Amino acid sequence: MKRDALIAVVLFALVALVPFSGEAYWLRLGTTMLMYGVIAMSWNFIGGMAGYPSFAVAAFFGLGAYTGAVAQKFGLPMGLAWTCAGLAALAFAALLGVALLRLRGHYFAIASLVVAEVLRELVNSATELTGGGMGLNLPIPTMTSIDAQAAFFFYAMLGLVAITFAAMLLTTYSKLGFGLRCIQQNESAADMLGVDTTFYKVSAFMLSGVFVGMAGAVYASWVHYIEPPDVFDVLFSVKAIVMVLLGGAGSVFGPLFGAALFLSLEELVWRKFLEVHTGVLGLLIVLLVMFLPKGLLSLSNRLPWARKTR
Amino acid sequence: MNGPLLELTGVTRQFGGLKAVSDVTLSVPQGEVIGLIGPNGAGKTTLVNVITGVHPASAGTIRFAGEDITRLKPWQAARRGIARTFQIVQPFPEMTVLENVAAAAMFAGGVRYGRDAEHEAREHLRFVGLGDYADRDASALTLAMRKRLEFAKGLAMHPKLLLLDEVNAGLNATEVDEALALIRAIAGRGVTILIIEHLMKVVLSLCSRIVVLHHGELIAQGEPQAIIKDPRVIQAYLGRRYAGTEASNGG
Repeated sequence: MKRDALIAVVLFALVALVPFSGEAYWLRLGTTMLMYGVIAMSWNFIGGMAGYPSFAVAAFFGLGAYTGAVAQKFGLPMGLAWTCAGLAALAFAALLGVALLRLRGHYFAIASLVVAEVLRELVNSATELTGGGMGLNLPIPTMTSIDAQAAFFFYAMLGLVAITFAAMLLTTYSKLGFGLRCIQQNESAADMLGVDTTFYKVSAFMLSGVFVGMAGAVYASWVHYIEPPDVFDVLFSVKAIVMVLLGGAGSVFGPLFGAALFLSLEELVWRKFLEVHTGVLGLLIVLLVMFLPKGLLSLSNRLPWARKTR
Repeated sequence: MNGPLLELTGVTRQFGGLKAVSDVTLSVPQGEVIGLIGPNGAGKTTLVNVITGVHPASAGTIRFAGEDITRLKPWQAARRGIARTFQIVQPFPEMTVLENVAAAAMFAGGVRYGRDAEHEAREHLRFVGLGDYADRDASALTLAMRKRLEFAKGLAMHPKLLLLDEVNAGLNATEVDEALALIRAIAGRGVTILIIEHLMKVVLSLCSRIVVLHHGELIAQGEPQAIIKDPRVIQAYLGRRYAGTEASNGG
């Protein structure tokens, strides 16, 4: 655990140097990548650790974005608005979890998929509060320059990544993480061994919601303008799953690694395959799942110098 | 403690129109080894599921150590000291043998997470003879070893009552003898045991009392030697013809 924490600190310190490159493109890409990192790590709580294939990421993201935006509209300072968004996602995940986590496997996946659609319709129709389909403008942050703004949101996302990573690391090495592993492997047997499965699953679901909600709010402040199809995009949910599968489900660095790799693929491969890029993506996923079901990071265990971590 | 450890009163479990367990009244005294037998489909496993809360009773009450546990969930029953093994063994396949037992110790046994649970798990593994396999993946064990793992998990739960569901199914004669010795040793620790078993050799040598289920109903209970001569029991297993004329009248 200490080793992982140390690696993470060094990694985050290196990433923190990106704004000094002065390249707006790298900064924008970096901010997006960090946001993907938060999303992937968050999915790992429920999907990787507990083994529940959640598609609720988009719902938490959109809820967070709109909570933050509306809070800022009513004059709350940015930091407070982001906190509100996190709390809203946390509470929503708790309520949703109690209802949905009775379902298992595909049934849970489908039920969680619908939630984002329902929220989008609600936001669409609550025109007075959210602007409905016209979207919502956010106050432009009072910063000296465009560059300073970009750097600010980069560091905000990096901070969120650090918090999410810390939460994931602590959970992995705690009784909660151990109980979730039991549930992932055999829920009925875990129940029989005295694991309060409902409590554990709902806790994992709440952890998978809170940081995504905050990321949504940071995103909203960053881009100044949000609309329902943008933040309740089901692709957020799909991407989260793909990123974790790419990197390695249930492992500590897998989600972050997967997020970086996924965004690199998006940037490098897509522009070369404009016509068939979804086809290429699909092919890549199939190959990965078939030959490396535990993600690319599992390759490192096959190297001779890699010591077995247990 | 006064009174029986486990007490079932008029317990019924229905699945739609089917009564898998019907009006069973039964008491299991502290410290005894009780055998639960009956033909296939008699409702033995369902009865265990009702006691542990997997399929809550449709009617009737279950009292355990003086407390009404009829409506408890499986994990709540587990924490109160009811441990069970499965007919089809259910380890966590991608965890080590040690982690499997440690999970039982910390979630049901109330042992602290970390070294304490690990330490205790090693003791139980040594007791069941799996001491050398602690760091293997549970999925790498043979069937006989997995059954031993189930015993170790059961013990780690600090049980007052251990429900053994066909722990000897699929084992060869030597392995059955080893399992028998293990069950005796566990009973010797003062754990009350309810054992579902088809092998009469096991039942007769272990149990102080036998309970017979047939079509979900409790048709006989008593001392082993009396039970195997009971015409109702013979009839349930072999049909009327073999039970003789007296049995036909008595049944």
